[in-house]
Amino acid sequence: MERFVETLIDGIATGSIYGALALALVLIYRSTGIVNFAQGELAMFSTFIAWGLVEAGIPLGLAILLTLAVSLVGGMVIERVLIRPVEGGQELTLVTVTLGLFILVNGLARWIWGSTNRGFPSLFPDGSANLVGIGVAWESLGLVAVLLGVVGVLWLVFQHTTLGLAMRAAAVDPAASRLVGIPVGRMLMLGWGFAAVCGALAGVLVAPRLFLDPNLMGPVIIYSFAAATLGGFDSPFGAVLGGWIIGVAEALAGGYVDFIGQDLKILVPLGVILAVLLIRPQGLFGSPEVARA
Amino acid sequence: MSRTRIAWIVLLVLAILLPFFFSSYRVTQFTLVLAYAVAALGLNLLLGYSGQISLGHGAFFALGAYVTAILVAKSGWPHLATIPVAAAICAAAGFAVGIPALRLHGLYLALVTLGLAVATPQLIKRFDGLTGGTQGLAAPSPSVPGFLDFLADDQWLYLLNLAILVPMFVLAAGLVRGRVGRALVTVRDNPIAAKTFGVDLAAYKTRAFAVSAAYAGVAGSMFTITVGFVAPESFGFALSFSFLAAVVVGGLATVAGAIFGALFIEFVPVYAADVNEALAAVIYGGVLILFMYVLPTGVVGLARRVRLRPKQEGERDAVVVDRGVAGGGAGERVRAQ
Repeated sequence: MERFVETLIDGIATGSIYGALALALVLIYRSTGIVNFAQGELAMFSTFIAWGLVEAGIPLGLAILLTLAVSLVGGMVIERVLIRPVEGGQELTLVTVTLGLFILVNGLARWIWGSTNRGFPSLFPDGSANLVGIGVAWESLGLVAVLLGVVGVLWLVFQHTTLGLAMRAAAVDPAASRLVGIPVGRMLMLGWGFAAVCGALAGVLVAPRLFLDPNLMGPVIIYSFAAATLGGFDSPFGAVLGGWIIGVAEALAGGYVDFIGQDLKILVPLGVILAVLLIRPQGLFGSPEVARA
Repeated sequence: MSRTRIAWIVLLVLAILLPFFFSSYRVTQFTLVLAYAVAALGLNLLLGYSGQISLGHGAFFALGAYVTAILVAKSGWPHLATIPVAAAICAAAGFAVGIPALRLHGLYLALVTLGLAVATPQLIKRFDGLTGGTQGLAAPSPSVPGFLDFLADDQWLYLLNLAILVPMFVLAAGLVRGRVGRALVTVRDNPIAAKTFGVDLAAYKTRAFAVSAAYAGVAGSMFTITVGFVAPESFGFALSFSFLAAVVVGGLATVAGAIFGALFIEFVPVYAADVNEALAAVIYGGVLILFMYVLPTGVVGLARRVRLRPKQEGERDAVVVDRGVAGGGAGERVRAQ
């Protein structure tokens, strides 16, 4: 029983990271209708920036804040320069451009920092807190807290500020938004910027658990795709919940189903993606796609 | 005889003469180009003609490669006899993937097939009893037959692969030019019109997946024949990405494009590695994005446009043909300027 609870908590902690990256995917999908295959690689690149700052002697907290700021600007620039020219284009074009970005960013990181494993310091203290008789690592609590904090901030921005309203309007009806004077282009840039920030957070959170190298986010992004698909590609809350469900499912499958074990754990998110898309393509909380025949 | 046909025959003659003018190392690289060309052609049948995205063709390539390797190494089959088996197994696998693909489109299909690509090395490792796991599996390349003993090993393998490639290309060219090709393009560009004409959408889409996977499988067999060894690292998702790059660079919905694309994905990493191993990835990524902006119809599309330049009317025709493939976004805007 104790092992079960530990597995569960571990799953939720890992799931929080998947949730953060899934949130990034959702932010971009909502604003520009693109599934950004490069999201994980952008997060990896951000994490390397944070690592470089820490190496340069800047305290970890400040380094992460600086990284988030750089990521915000970076995400906006990428939207403006690389994505804008193909926005609203065919799906194949969009997939190819974001895949190209994936390969490009991964290559750049390998070029700049090489392929060696590096350690990344953790934001959270070692040891564990005692919650009703069960030891829960501070790290797990911290991961969940950060994710909830991010969701809270995003919710406040989107639901309770003029900027958030403008961003939502620009995503839903760009033409009408332009008519009422919303700078739609800038809103889309901001969407990509916010997404890059969420991704960067996921990166600096996951890096201490793994090793920092250019392929850091390879497995994580697959789980995040599964989380976003499960929760619904246009639902932020769905992304978070999806992340937790995927995290727990992964932990349980890896620990309890012998056939799957550690080697085939990757099949869990893939199975989830396929099952969700076939049974309920809009996910748990997404809005169904309506097509005119 | 049409000009295109003459061009193809000249190309074939050059291809046959090629191994006698290059070093053995280069010839082996060209042999791999042949295998990649068949895989890119298969992916192009799916992507360019039927309009379905697959980021997972490396999986079918791996399946074909392992079918050949296992039959040769464990059952002692002759290499060439394994090719139809690889094609049939991959066609069945492609058909199986094609069925759920009917309900998915665009981005979602890309996601699911990406999953296929990611899972491939893991699956190979998991079934190590059959595949040899991370150790890999050796299936020595066929040796030069007695009556051709004037050929070196690498030249023989090159010509053998060329002999496999030619019928695959002839078959594909016939397929896309005829009734099936027209039906596929209509399914891609206007499903409702296709249905009205009595084209069974589901049948055409799943069969396109099956044929495309069979091509990738044959390409995998060619890979095993050439390299003589298979291991899971050869079939990571980067392989699937490079097939996509080959199709985009060569030109969507073209048969000849597969050759340009295969040359690109074989030789860019070779030359880029002289500067830095990671440079190849940077170039790949950059070229993929760049092609979507400025050359959405690939090298062959560019050649067509250049050839048709004097005929204004003809050029417009070419644009219409290309539009469905390249995407309204990038292609359209480039031409509008």
